Amino acid sequence: MTDPLLRLDAVTVRFGARAALDAVSLDAAAHEIVCVLGPSGSGKSTLLRAVAGLQQLDGGRVLLDGADQDGVPAHRRGVGLMFQDHQLFPQRDVGGNVAFGPRMHKMPRDARDRRTAELLDLVGLPGASARPVATLSGGEQQRVALARALAPEPRLLMLDEPLGQLDRSLRERLVVELRRLFGTLGTTVLAVTHDQGEAFALADRVVVMRDGRIERSGTPLEVWQKPGSAFVARFLGFDNITAATVNGAVADTAWGTLPVPAGTPEGEHQLLVRPSGVRLGPPGGGLRCEVVSRTFRGGHVGVLLRPERGPDLEAECVLRETPEEGAVVGAGFAAEDVVVLDRE
Amino acid sequence: MELHRPVTARGAGHRRATATGLALAALPAAFFAAFFAYPVASIVGRGLHEGGHWRFGRIGDVLGDGSVRHVLWFTCWQAAASTALTLAVALPGAYAFARLDFPGKRLLRAVVTVPFVLPTVVAGSAFLALLGQGGFTDSLFGVRLDTSVWAILIAHVFFNYAVVVRTVGGLWAQLDPRQEEAARMLGAGRLAAWRRVTLPALAPSVASAGVMVFLFTFTSFGVIQILGGPTRATLEVEIYRETAEIFDLPTAAVLTLLQLLAVVAILAVHAWTARRRESALRLVDPAGTAHRPRGIGERALLAGVLAVIALLILLPLGVLAARSFDGPTGYGLTFYRALGSTSADGTFLVSPLHTVANSVRYAAAATVIALVVGGLAAAALTRRTGRLMRGFDGLLMLPLGTSAVTVGFGFLISLDRPPLDLRDSWLLVPLAQALVGAPFVVRVMLPVLRAVDQRLREAAAVLGASPLRVWREVELPLVGRALGIAAGFAFSVSLGEFGATVFIARPDSPTLPVAVARLLGRAGAMNYGQAMALSTILMVVCAASLLLLEYPLSGRRRRATGRKEVLPVAPSEGSALAGAVPSAGERPGAGDPELPATPSVPARSESHR
Repeated sequence: MTDPLLRLDAVTVRFGARAALDAVSLDAAAHEIVCVLGPSGSGKSTLLRAVAGLQQLDGGRVLLDGADQDGVPAHRRGVGLMFQDHQLFPQRDVGGNVAFGPRMHKMPRDARDRRTAELLDLVGLPGASARPVATLSGGEQQRVALARALAPEPRLLMLDEPLGQLDRSLRERLVVELRRLFGTLGTTVLAVTHDQGEAFALADRVVVMRDGRIERSGTPLEVWQKPGSAFVARFLGFDNITAATVNGAVADTAWGTLPVPAGTPEGEHQLLVRPSGVRLGPPGGGLRCEVVSRTFRGGHVGVLLRPERGPDLEAECVLRETPEEGAVVGAGFAAEDVVVLDRE
Repeated sequence: MELHRPVTARGAGHRRATATGLALAALPAAFFAAFFAYPVASIVGRGLHEGGHWRFGRIGDVLGDGSVRHVLWFTCWQAAASTALTLAVALPGAYAFARLDFPGKRLLRAVVTVPFVLPTVVAGSAFLALLGQGGFTDSLFGVRLDTSVWAILIAHVFFNYAVVVRTVGGLWAQLDPRQEEAARMLGAGRLAAWRRVTLPALAPSVASAGVMVFLFTFTSFGVIQILGGPTRATLEVEIYRETAEIFDLPTAAVLTLLQLLAVVAILAVHAWTARRRESALRLVDPAGTAHRPRGIGERALLAGVLAVIALLILLPLGVLAARSFDGPTGYGLTFYRALGSTSADGTFLVSPLHTVANSVRYAAAATVIALVVGGLAAAALTRRTGRLMRGFDGLLMLPLGTSAVTVGFGFLISLDRPPLDLRDSWLLVPLAQALVGAPFVVRVMLPVLRAVDQRLREAAAVLGASPLRVWREVELPLVGRALGIAAGFAFSVSLGEFGATVFIARPDSPTLPVAVARLLGRAGAMNYGQAMALSTILMVVCAASLLLLEYPLSGRRRRATGRKEVLPVAPSEGSALAGAVPSAGERPGAGDPELPATPSVPARSESHR
């Protein structure tokens, strides 16, 4: 079995008494796109800086291709890092920025020029080589930063909030472009973001961080289907979480009795009910709720309900069947959308 | 888990950073040890070490002397008074240069800097010509001030006006006016907004400028020498008298020590204010913060500032220049022509004009030394590796405040035997001048280097640039302008250096200020006129070197910025992005690494609207 391209082995970084990274262990295989997801302050950026060699470790090891990187300075690690705010060199034009890495690696001038042109084509800025970076828009800067990071052909490309400063529609388009691009190039990518949509769209594997530790790791589908903990579930935007006592095929909760999937172990659990699992009907059947608000989300509508007992519930409806605000409805629950979480 | 946590990584990295800092600091440290500490220690040793014993009792003897206490008292109070007066006169000027646009601002800013680099001898004679017997005010109004302390105070304001305008005004121009606007939107009045937002941001730089002015006036030499008369002497003047006139080395040594201690104390205060100044402020492109004067108040203020500059700076310089043309047969170039020939009475072995070439050559060499030494020191200080480096920072400033007389005399008595026998080397003069120039280089470069975004360096490192390469590729291009300004300062200061040079310049190759002093020391209208002519040349060369080094670089940047404004979004917008992207113009200036914060450096002035 070959070494993974990147291995973090119990990496610890402290800022004063606080551990920004607390014994984090993580592998990334070649050609894999790993997205680290977490709220701000969870240690994501520190993780990238530790791998890049810009942050001293207080413990643990970073290995690239099986080689311990302790004592290897940033410029000899052969990894690329795209900074959150791009950090383009203001005194150089676009071409000068992109060619910087190859130049540092002593690539001959004509090969360098060719590579610069190729990369600018690749990121959709053909012929922009002579433009001063000050004339670039935010999205263009982001593209140049990406081309610059790719130019020296790093064995690992790291992206810090790659799309953080862009507006929503641009972000959604770019994330698809990026995934296609990395697939074509076969780049190994370690990206961090606080935006779960971005992470799920980009990643082969998602790693959720919390307070310097890894809380959950898996493919986007796995993490989405089984968040594992209430923290991850809430971070993914699920708020229908309640304590429950499972007894056979049902569970006792603050909302009353809920069906649970077959094979759920008995006893005390935390349960997540996906909004799609909350079915609305006439007030007579199920849990009696008042509709507090409605949020339009493209094809469906998020409905916030205030049940007669228990905390607020979120439900999801198709547009035509959405009740009016203030309406009274009866809520039922579908077992396939009830997920068991680990107790905290 | 905690127990067998490997600690090697951190230890090694920390050691590496410290090692880099120390390696960079090695050359400057050696330079200051050999050419500052060693000569000064030699003087002190010569004075206090006699017959194989240290005679520390002399310190008490000297301090017990009533006349020495009188000198100390005068030194302190005139420095305090000069500082207060300078701040009062120059702060409105700082505002005008920072926030108001008016024609000729760039030129005027360079002009007000000229006195700062002008040799004290020249300034002293300019004020003598202005305020003294038969001078400008005497013949016009019958007012003579050369016998009063006012002449000294006014001359000190003349010298240090630029210190305040540049230190405070430079920062003021970069403070984001929107901060004040935000305060006003929250209900603060104009004055309240200024007092609550701008003033706290400026206060440390005002304090810092004040301490610098105090330091310069505390160690004032040429001005007091010429305008002080026999009764008024600062420590520096007294050291000179004891060394060069009375030859009482023990007293001079004690006074040198005393002055050194005072300077260390002042510099400690300055370091404290400077550290506060480098706190995180929101700095923006100074080009965008100035506006045309609006309303009667701003117009009156600008008029007042311009009047003060005209009376205080242009008038003395003008009188000096006028005197240089005021020959025995009416206005003409008589004195300038006389400069071309060696004098009949043997004052010079070479023609005075020849000294111009000497001075420029020495000053050029001194500038190179000062840039290397000061640049390396600033680079080392940027690494910020703790207390040791901060001490180093303070050490670098010492030559600024230490008696130039001591340094010059110290050079003579300490660098005349192996291992450092430089008696016959022409480098002796540039070395002494670089000692005074290097602190300026450090002060100009340090804030700019510190303002270079650390992540920009990291970005280069991740792309494969070694630390040396990072410096060359990222830092150097960004600090090019500051380097030019530092070079300009080092050059001008070297050009005008007098106190040390007068001791060590060889008779056959005097510098310009030495020649001026020699001419002033001789009787006769011809000598006086030639002194004025040479001073005028010196003034022009100083001004030209400052302007030359500041103009071309900032001019290029101005074009670049201008282009950015005309073309916020260039036509070749990326395919998938057309129209959907926020313009880069939405975040002008703020955090833009193209605009390094230069609190102690004059920001480029005219906006390009």
